[in-house]
Amino acid sequence: MDLHEYQAKEIFRGAGMPVPPGEVATTPDEAEKIARSYGGMTVVKAQVHIGGRGKAGGVKLAKTPEEARAHAEAILGMDIKGHTVGKVLVTTAEDIDTEAYVAVVMDRNAQMPMFMVSAEGGVDIEQVAEENPDAIRKLHVDPRYGLLPHQAYWLANHLYDDPSLIKQASKVMTQLYAAFTKASCSLAEVNPLITTKGGEVKAIDAKVSIDDNALFRMPEIANYRDTDAEPAAETEAREAGLTFIKLDGNVGCCVNGAGLAMATMDLVKYYGGEPANFLDIGGSSNPQKVVDALRIITSDPAVKVILFNIFGGITRTDDVANGIVEATKSIDIGVPIVIRLTGTNEEQALEILKNAGFEAYTSMDEVVEKAVQLANQA
Amino acid sequence: MSILIDENTRLVVQGITGRDGSFHTLQMMEYGTNVVAGVTPGKGGQFFDGPDGKKVPIFNSMDEAVATTNANTSVIYVPPAFAAGAVMEAADSGVDFVVAITEGIPVQDMTRAQAFARDRGVRVLGPNCPGLITPGKAKVGILPGQIVTPGPVGLVSRSGTLTYEAVHHLTRAGIGQTTCVGIGGDPLIGTKFIDCLEAFKDDPETKAIVMIGEIGGSDEQDAAEYVRDHIKVPVVGFIAGQTAPPGRTMGHAGAIVSGAGGTAAEKMAFFEECGIAVAKRPVEIAELIRDALQA
Repeated sequence: MDLHEYQAKEIFRGAGMPVPPGEVATTPDEAEKIARSYGGMTVVKAQVHIGGRGKAGGVKLAKTPEEARAHAEAILGMDIKGHTVGKVLVTTAEDIDTEAYVAVVMDRNAQMPMFMVSAEGGVDIEQVAEENPDAIRKLHVDPRYGLLPHQAYWLANHLYDDPSLIKQASKVMTQLYAAFTKASCSLAEVNPLITTKGGEVKAIDAKVSIDDNALFRMPEIANYRDTDAEPAAETEAREAGLTFIKLDGNVGCCVNGAGLAMATMDLVKYYGGEPANFLDIGGSSNPQKVVDALRIITSDPAVKVILFNIFGGITRTDDVANGIVEATKSIDIGVPIVIRLTGTNEEQALEILKNAGFEAYTSMDEVVEKAVQLANQA
Repeated sequence: MSILIDENTRLVVQGITGRDGSFHTLQMMEYGTNVVAGVTPGKGGQFFDGPDGKKVPIFNSMDEAVATTNANTSVIYVPPAFAAGAVMEAADSGVDFVVAITEGIPVQDMTRAQAFARDRGVRVLGPNCPGLITPGKAKVGILPGQIVTPGPVGLVSRSGTLTYEAVHHLTRAGIGQTTCVGIGGDPLIGTKFIDCLEAFKDDPETKAIVMIGEIGGSDEQDAAEYVRDHIKVPVVGFIAGQTAPPGRTMGHAGAIVSGAGGTAAEKMAFFEECGIAVAKRPVEIAELIRDALQA
């Protein structure tokens, strides 16, 4: 789960990191009030889950509270690459001397968190990695020992020569690693980490992604989820325990297992159709999940056909069959359903579907071809 | 022959009394797997009722279970909050192979659990994997036994149900398998493609290999280089997620196109470069294997 900058900064502040004061506003009035409380210059920043907001005009410097208000008015409701801005962060403006880059990411190959630091901050790190890879210093952290003091120093020393700045930045490294582990992050990034002309190190931007698997034990962070920033169907799916991603096609897909779901989408495309979604009904067999899945898929008016592709392992196909029968009784589907069920308890499953008047396939190619044909006819 | 499990596997089931654990323990026993013990804290001294009146003793801890029954392999069905702990408990108990089925384990928990097991020389398969099956000998995990048959093909896959799909086509085409391994869809897994390829390389009965990958990460590329440099038998590959939009996690925590090398197109192209025949649809996997075995 991606956090907004203001949420990421709350986590960073909680770890003791030097983050300038800032508060979030949803109206120009609020933005003006916050700016007035700080006095001096402020920055008004769009809170959206997409990069490049600065270039899009979503970050503005304000000399007065009135100007902050005017910027908030312009930015709130703005569309940035398909994301509507619902909130702005109003924060104090800093007197920037230098800009650096600091991040911790989970490195799947090394199976350890990895620091990446660069004295070239404020720019896209992928670009730095491509053009000047030597500018980035990397360090893997053994999760059993954590970030050791000499490692924090080594990272900080890559950014600064001044002893006071190194000392401050070392502390930031340690605090950032603490935040990364405490909030179960997959990414915790500060870009830029600045030095002020007064010789202070500060984190003036923040980007954090949280491991979804860890949200169950961090309710306060789970509450950060901004459901306004995602399609309603994705929110509903998550609450029903399903993995759902909306796409642009018209073949609604309901598949068990992520790999098979992706392969089914690929096959829809192969036969000349377009998938309307990715939907994994998951590893456990529960008829209610099928009911929820059907409701979510049919809520998309673009869907012209629903394609089930179920290969049972941990999912019992008889449960899925029961779910389909139950769901078609309880909601108005309105589009044809084609079903493919194979695997654990498949004889019972086919029996259940047959008794309910459904036609079930056992071949994936056949069922996908049929679904695409029905979608293209509609 | 086979890899990782066979008739000498003595299995202990962690979480044997849960809904999924008990259902799949029955299935594994019906398939012929030698399940020697179960572990559920607080239920030690009870018995799990297997098929044909067989009774499996339940223990409070892995330590007791292994000491009493001489188990050499464990399989984990415990809930995500406790699963990383279960992996570490297993790694300390004396088994040398741990199969973690549980989906949704926090990734940072697994960084510690994987390192802990590695330090003790214990192999972990998964987590978030369907386990593995050696047709006619043993199955550990959740793969449906009825779709496999003994034969010459080794199969390794990041997916669960997509593995079943591929195996199903092979079996229907009359092509059996030595061992089918599902390595799991998480970003931090204990056994990678390359580890399975190494094991298949040393198995004289494996005459061809199927490798089923996904978008995200670069394990497939590492494996393809290994195939190019070390594997003498034909290898057929498939990559799921050709239509996946970048930046979105496609169900598996590890399946996300982010950064270079992670797309299906890049992986498929690299497979071909390394001499791996690439199937465009799941059904083609069996066709390509048949052609390769006949050649």
